[in-house]
Amino acid sequence: MKPPPLLYPRRVLVWGVYLAAILVAPLLSRSGYWLSLLSQVAVMTVYALSFNMLLGQTGLLSFGHAVYYGLGAMITMHALIAVNQHVFTIPVTLLPVVGGLGGLFFGVLLGYVTTRRAGTTFAMISLGIGEMVAASSLMFPAFSGGEGGLSSNRVVGKGWFGITYGPQIQIYYLIAAWAFACVVAMYALSQTPLGRIANAVRDNPERAEFVGYNPQVVRFLMVVLAGFFAGVAGGLTALNYEIVTAESLHAYTSGIVIMMAFVGGVGYFFGPIIGALLITVLQMVVSSITAAWLFYFGLMFLMVVLYAPGGVASVVVEHRRLWQAGVLGKLAPAYLLAALPVLLVGGGVVAVVEMVYRVMKEQSAQLRVFGVTVDATRGLFWIAVAAAIALGVLLLRKVGRTVSDERHRVYATLRQEQRT
Amino acid sequence: MTAPALRMVDVCKSFGRTEILRDVNLSVERGERHAIIGPNGAGKSTLFNLVSARFPVSSGRIELNGDDITELRAFEINRRGLSRSFQITNIFHNLTVFDNVRCAVLWSLGYRYAFWRRLSALMDASARADEMIDRIGLRRRRDALASTLTYAEQRALEVGITLAGGAEVVLLDEPTAGMSRSETEHAVSLIRRVTEGKTLVMVEHDMGVVFGLADRVSVLVYGRIIATGTPAEIRANSAVQEAYLGTSRAHA
Repeated sequence: MKPPPLLYPRRVLVWGVYLAAILVAPLLSRSGYWLSLLSQVAVMTVYALSFNMLLGQTGLLSFGHAVYYGLGAMITMHALIAVNQHVFTIPVTLLPVVGGLGGLFFGVLLGYVTTRRAGTTFAMISLGIGEMVAASSLMFPAFSGGEGGLSSNRVVGKGWFGITYGPQIQIYYLIAAWAFACVVAMYALSQTPLGRIANAVRDNPERAEFVGYNPQVVRFLMVVLAGFFAGVAGGLTALNYEIVTAESLHAYTSGIVIMMAFVGGVGYFFGPIIGALLITVLQMVVSSITAAWLFYFGLMFLMVVLYAPGGVASVVVEHRRLWQAGVLGKLAPAYLLAALPVLLVGGGVVAVVEMVYRVMKEQSAQLRVFGVTVDATRGLFWIAVAAAIALGVLLLRKVGRTVSDERHRVYATLRQEQRT
Repeated sequence: MTAPALRMVDVCKSFGRTEILRDVNLSVERGERHAIIGPNGAGKSTLFNLVSARFPVSSGRIELNGDDITELRAFEINRRGLSRSFQITNIFHNLTVFDNVRCAVLWSLGYRYAFWRRLSALMDASARADEMIDRIGLRRRRDALASTLTYAEQRALEVGITLAGGAEVVLLDEPTAGMSRSETEHAVSLIRRVTEGKTLVMVEHDMGVVFGLADRVSVLVYGRIIATGTPAEIRANSAVQEAYLGTSRAHA
């Protein structure tokens, strides 16, 4: 028997498209904002995937993953400072590895404590360690930079071939290259004996023990490796912003990555990639449009948990399966029918939220939408919004039934075809 | 003379003040098929849990091929060639049948915690997993998620995982529990086939299965072994009839 090929057409296609998207995306716009958005997406992709090595693959819910990310960022920043002061020389290109090694080091140190137990115990210990590290970062201002954080200059010397990492486009490509390498590495890791045994430990640690594996060692190795990749992500963010503050260690940073993984879908390797993209866009784009972005953020999280508990990735996978079976077309009319009420309800909710925010926070009842000024003090506005939502909900109930009937029918025919 | 494959010496186990096993002495020779029978609550599963280090013993000693394994952890005992199945199906639910079995062969093939090798390129692991899947009759379900199997299929998979690592001493905890008559017959022939040449210790309620499979039988009643012998000897033993078989026959 010959082993299956490493590269087969479908795999080459998927990774090729991903790589092409990473390479082409920065050319779509010349604005610095676009580039910094893309850079942030790339960093968060690595961070979220490293988190999911624990949650999705090993079944370890960590409330303190920022420890590895933040410490990786700080260590990278110290290295950059040292390079700037000519203490030693490391090419800036390779600095993210320093962050990774920092994350790896703390993974070894803390993983020994955290991985003795799984389940809730692990989650609580990780929370405690996260808080502890965040708190002690302010006790050691020489290391963490204290309130002001650490900063330095990523442009060191002349650079090769004019690559100084001064311009944002250059740092984007540095981040993108590292991010792509990390994504490939993390995927490869999931396809190794350790990766599969981590899944086994996730499903049934006791059984894993009865096939010869020490679950604690498996968890430990996964924490250490996840620490490495989180550290690389931290290193990339240090180079991107040239400043690292204690916030990178905080519970918020630990929390956001949980959201990314859940929204994207922890059950699939690519889930956190989607989650990192969606949430970073929400964080950066929507937050620049409206002060209520956190509300939408919570709403989106709620919607995913309620209606797509497997995350966006599970919805994608399900529909790809239907598409391959050639039955997705049958669902399209029902989905299109559902679009109108969804838009009505969604638009109505957004209108209410925006108005309430304006009235409460800015003491102004004016809202400009597509060049039209809407005044929330007028009853007509509220009647219109209420009517839109009510109509939307009514339609949604009706259409929702059609959609679910249609889905049942599609699955029934699918099962029948499989049997014959 | 070689040491017995499995030996228990004066093993006691109590949970709090409740004594479950009292001075259990048991010796299973290499290649023997040994059944442990007894009424509900006699401590049969506890006995297995002590041997496989799921629980620690309160006192006494357990030996595997003459080596003391009393203080070892479950995975260490497994690496020394003892494997077990569970009464309540204990499989990797979100992995495919193939991956379930492949996980069970990885350690014995020396791949340990490797994270630098491509799993799908390890042809010896794949071949051994597929061979075991054939033997347990699950080839058609090879790529199905374990959680989607029927109960009988999951029981077969349980046996497959237990045996795939190549253990020489195999403990099966009620392998036919909850099965219909035809499923039981199927399971018995499966067990007979896959444990050929191995040392087998099984807990079983179904007397037909016990007397059909076992070379020797031990009877455990209220935490004590009251008799050990060939099926014929056990059938003839009056203490056993009184304590156990009598009631069992009355029910049957």
